[in-house]
Amino acid sequence: MRRKLVWCGLAVVVLLLTLSSMALAAEVAKKSDAELRYFGIAAASTAFGLSIAAIGGALSQSRGIRSALEGIARNPGASGTITTAMIIGLALIESLVIYVLVVCLILLIVDPFKIGS
Amino acid sequence: MKEPLLYVAIPGLSAYPHLTYLWVTMILLLVSGYLTTRTLQLVPGAGQSLMELVVEGLLGFMERVMGHHARQHLAIIGGLVLLIVTANLLGVIPGLFSPTVNINITAGCAITVFVYYHYRGFRRHGVSYIKQFTGPVWWLAPLMMPIELISHFIRPFTLSLRLFANMRGHEIVLLIITLLVPVIAPLIIVFQGIFVSFIQGFVFMLLSMIYIAGAEEEHH
Repeated sequence: MRRKLVWCGLAVVVLLLTLSSMALAAEVAKKSDAELRYFGIAAASTAFGLSIAAIGGALSQSRGIRSALEGIARNPGASGTITTAMIIGLALIESLVIYVLVVCLILLIVDPFKIGS
Repeated sequence: MKEPLLYVAIPGLSAYPHLTYLWVTMILLLVSGYLTTRTLQLVPGAGQSLMELVVEGLLGFMERVMGHHARQHLAIIGGLVLLIVTANLLGVIPGLFSPTVNINITAGCAITVFVYYHYRGFRRHGVSYIKQFTGPVWWLAPLMMPIELISHFIRPFTLSLRLFANMRGHEIVLLIITLLVPVIAPLIIVFQGIFVSFIQGFVFMLLSMIYIAGAEEEHH
């Protein structure tokens, strides 16, 4: 009986999350030719820029994780300290990739044809 | 984009949900602190144990990074970190909004840290705090000073931008995943959001402590 209650509760939570996120929707507006060209270039540069940033971020983080795992393998007693330092390092490297994401979001969301008006 | 459904809304301020939810966060923290300290016992009960765990954990970590004088900074750093972590975690609950998704809130936290650690540096060293910016020898000062000033002024910028971009990027990823696969995938992103909330608050705290310790250290 209790197990059924837990599963019902989980189903309700999943349903709530699904329904509440469906309350948001995107809308599409009409754009002229120059605006389409700008957004085409912005979209292409976003894709390339984020891909290169993801490559750099993944390579750097993989080196950090590799050193952390080697340290833990040599000295399992220090795994707490090593894990903490690794997480901090990963967050700092990831923030660089996220700066690139912010620039790409600015390119995509800020509409230069509407700023002056 | 349609406005999301929010549970707490002040009628005149519906365009500023970050302000409303910052107040919600503050009220949450203040009320929990007040309820904990109302009946302090020597052998703590459940709520007091939790608060003691949090404060002792923060203080222990600060003493490991900053040394013996960590106790003076516990109020501002601990308060800031609890505010940021609670504000980040509010965004996980559907129907609530996370105030750190807006760059004004994170910029406020970052500028507070910036002003505080320079204040601490001036209080500790007096006017010779400027000597930390000039580098090892005096004739390198015109070269070192702009570099040091730029690297110091970029600190509140990157602090605020890191926290804001992590939270905003997570919200946008949640939005896009929900548009694509609305059934189970948003749940995974939400779990990752809890992880990211703690980690980003932790990184903010660590960087603030490093800046304060760097401002207060003796000359080499």
